[in-house]
Amino acid sequence: MPKPTIDWFALSPSLALLAASALALLAAVLVPVVARRLVAALTAAAGFVAAGVFAGLLYSETPEPVLKVADAISRDRFSALAQIIIVGSGLVAVGISFGQRTRAEHIGEYYALLAAAGAGMVFLVQANDLMTLFLGLEWFSICLYIPCAIEIDLVSSLEAGLKYLVVGSFGSAVLLFGLSLIYGATGELQFGAIARELESQDLVNDGLVLAGLAMIIAGLSFKASAAPFHMWTPDVYEGAPTPVTAFMSAATKAVALVLAMRVLVTAFPAEEDLWTIAVAVIACASLAVGNVAALVQRNLKRMLAYSSVSHAGFMLIAVAANNDLGAKALLFYLIPYGAASLGAFAVVAARERELGERVTIDNVAGMGWERPLLGVSMWIFMLAFAGLPLTGGFVGKFYVFAAAYEAGRWWLVLAGVIGTAISLYYYLAVVRAMYMRMPEVRLAPVGGSPPREAVLQTSVVACLAVTVGSFFAVEPLIDLAEKAAAQLPL
Amino acid sequence: MNDWLATILIALPLAAALVVWLLPWSTQAAASLALLAALAEVGFWINALTRFDFGAGELQFEQQRAWFDDLGVSYHVGFSGISLWLVGMTVVVLAAAIAYAFWAGRDRPRAYFGLMLFLTGAVVGVFTAQDLLVFYVFFEAMLIPLYVLVGVWGGAGRLTATIKFVIYTMAGSLLMLAAIVVLGVQQGSFDLATASSDNDWVFLGFVVAFAVKAPLFPLHGWLPDAYRESSPEVAAVLSGVVSKAAGYGFLAIAVAKFPGPASDLQPLVLAIASAGLVYGSIVAFRAPDLRGVIAYSSLAQMSLITIGVFALNDLGSTGAVLQMVNHGLVSGVLFLIAGVVERRAATGDFARLGGMARGRPALATILMTTGVIALAVPGSTAFAGEFLILAGVFSEGWGWALVGAVAIVLAAMYMLRLISAVLHGQVGASVPDEALDLRPGELAVIAPLVACLLALSVWPAAVTDHLPF
Repeated sequence: MPKPTIDWFALSPSLALLAASALALLAAVLVPVVARRLVAALTAAAGFVAAGVFAGLLYSETPEPVLKVADAISRDRFSALAQIIIVGSGLVAVGISFGQRTRAEHIGEYYALLAAAGAGMVFLVQANDLMTLFLGLEWFSICLYIPCAIEIDLVSSLEAGLKYLVVGSFGSAVLLFGLSLIYGATGELQFGAIARELESQDLVNDGLVLAGLAMIIAGLSFKASAAPFHMWTPDVYEGAPTPVTAFMSAATKAVALVLAMRVLVTAFPAEEDLWTIAVAVIACASLAVGNVAALVQRNLKRMLAYSSVSHAGFMLIAVAANNDLGAKALLFYLIPYGAASLGAFAVVAARERELGERVTIDNVAGMGWERPLLGVSMWIFMLAFAGLPLTGGFVGKFYVFAAAYEAGRWWLVLAGVIGTAISLYYYLAVVRAMYMRMPEVRLAPVGGSPPREAVLQTSVVACLAVTVGSFFAVEPLIDLAEKAAAQLPL
Repeated sequence: MNDWLATILIALPLAAALVVWLLPWSTQAAASLALLAALAEVGFWINALTRFDFGAGELQFEQQRAWFDDLGVSYHVGFSGISLWLVGMTVVVLAAAIAYAFWAGRDRPRAYFGLMLFLTGAVVGVFTAQDLLVFYVFFEAMLIPLYVLVGVWGGAGRLTATIKFVIYTMAGSLLMLAAIVVLGVQQGSFDLATASSDNDWVFLGFVVAFAVKAPLFPLHGWLPDAYRESSPEVAAVLSGVVSKAAGYGFLAIAVAKFPGPASDLQPLVLAIASAGLVYGSIVAFRAPDLRGVIAYSSLAQMSLITIGVFALNDLGSTGAVLQMVNHGLVSGVLFLIAGVVERRAATGDFARLGGMARGRPALATILMTTGVIALAVPGSTAFAGEFLILAGVFSEGWGWALVGAVAIVLAAMYMLRLISAVLHGQVGASVPDEALDLRPGELAVIAPLVACLLALSVWPAAVTDHLPF
């Protein structure tokens, strides 16, 4: 078997993050406790920045998509743009984590795992065959199980870690089974080759292929937390440390959806009549479940978890559109969605640290007036989730609807519209609590404000800038997304 | 093609809002700055009025910049003859509202005045947008400040009021978004100039959104709460200005861009509007309080305006525009007067009001004048507007005109009831003897609006002869 040539440049984002992860682990051993938090965080941040730079270079230096490393990974702009979104989320997640009172003896490992999870994600979006797909998926999943459970003094954190491990492994197992069925039916690992085999051997109605395809969609839906595969999401999002939740809600979802789009479009064009309907149904289920369940939540993290289920629904509409506009819509949607999601969890983290308890609709009462920056930011993030104008969320939804309509699925537009109308109730409930109710007793600590957290606030402001900026600067962003989408075989 | 005036009229208040929010102004400074910006806005509008070429009959002060090209969306604004008069009404009423808030004093002034300015920019944007998506953006952007203005500074029932208001309006406008997506993707462009369709469903998407915003019967569930719970100047803006976004939408989008569906569904819309007209007038006549009467009269007036628009002829449309301007000013004055009365009597209940005319000549004169104009006494500008609307719809069927004529009689009844319940009769239990007449500050806010109404009464042709119909 010939040794494949390795394009190190194509792998550079993963490698940068792996190096950062290794350095952070070393810091856990070599750096004295006082400086460990700072050094580990800086290392992880540097890793994300370096990965972002490499991903940016990959984007600009890849005018045509090429398959690398024995066709196991695809070097293209589609993955490069997804990588930029992922490492951006990672960087903000580091910023949110910095003030978290994680135990000092775990802090090095925490950042090392965060960087390693990022490495797995940026690797996964490049995956071009079934092996790299599964490898990448497990790589980042395992790296995330541990940070979920890192607060070992908290039962809820342990529970979240365990639940994520069990359900996540089940999802991976389903996916793996699906992959093996596809391999069994076609004898091919590489996405393009699978597509060709399906075509040439007339396997379109083959039982193995159909079962495999269904399992792949289910497995990826677990990761994207799309209904009905979302059961773990509220518990894990609620129990995990808030910075980890923030990272998961933005990056894991991005990876799962981008990957789903790539697999379905490159490996299963022959089955497109089937999977577009399946994905559309999952999208509608996610919109229904996510939005309705979010209505009754009091705990803010739980509410945001259900809201993330509904957003998986919106993005799956873009996948189901199966056209150029859909791919663009998905990539664009991820930008304001990721920013708003990270930002919202950052605000929750800030409130959590201030109060020392779980954040609910009740104990954010009056927060908007007490903490103007965080309050206004949270307000804008909620508007972005709800897709109101002056936030990129509006443009994202608009593109998703346009893509669905262009694909001839007007009923998906209607489903999205109904979902949005329901979602307004709970998003505005947060604003209402923050600005229109006054707490009966002042909840924030007496005797002055807690110390300002410059890093956290900077993260929030960065998210705010992206959320609002993506409304005004649509053209450059959509241009990036267009060039990326053009490299998919749509 | 590249005149900044429309953009200035939109951006000036938005920029002023940011300045008010971000810098640490004192109460007085924030309010003065807001008022200054609002007056500058009026100044720019007068500039637009003097420069507007009424003979040309096309868009003016136009500006267009690509926003996202691939779907054919662009930031495109400009003035039509209709926009010009509605923007004028908007900037005048909002300046009065801001001045009233300045005079009355509001908690958290920076947030409050910033939001009022933001609202001004958004409404002007709605009236000048020439791209469907830009129109939608401004249409929604109005909702954000209103939500907070009602929810934070409103009365005791404000939370319920805001929820109803937002859910109703958003449900309507999301249908409009779906319709815009369909229309725009079909056409490959979202520009208003080229938009046109024969699809009844797309047309209905727009109509429902506007019908909620106006509101039209039976989609008016949010109206009584929102108008009762807001502070008086916000209620004035809501009923006077924001509802006109719906009237404008009916006229400039629903009817102008969907000639086929509009004439197919004309009887349906006319029937709904007529029902609303009679219903609103009767409920206004039975309403127990000041704001109830104004709120439901607003419902009735918006129905009448819709009837004018859906007469689908020049006469009706002309009347509708004039009546939109009239009602904006009338409603503004009446809600501010309601605020004035509530400040003195701490209630708007007719049962506890009365006899306020004695010793309070300014209040009595202002309320009487506005009331008489509102009930469309011949010679008043409202008479001109309603006459044109009825004449327009008469050519579509005498039955519609008959309903309208009946409603005008009802309007006289509820207006006279309002006037007499506040001004005449026994001195009400809640009216203290020492309650003052209109203070100079209040008079300075309200009198200009009444002066505009009187000027229009003298010369309604100022509007009707200067429209593109």
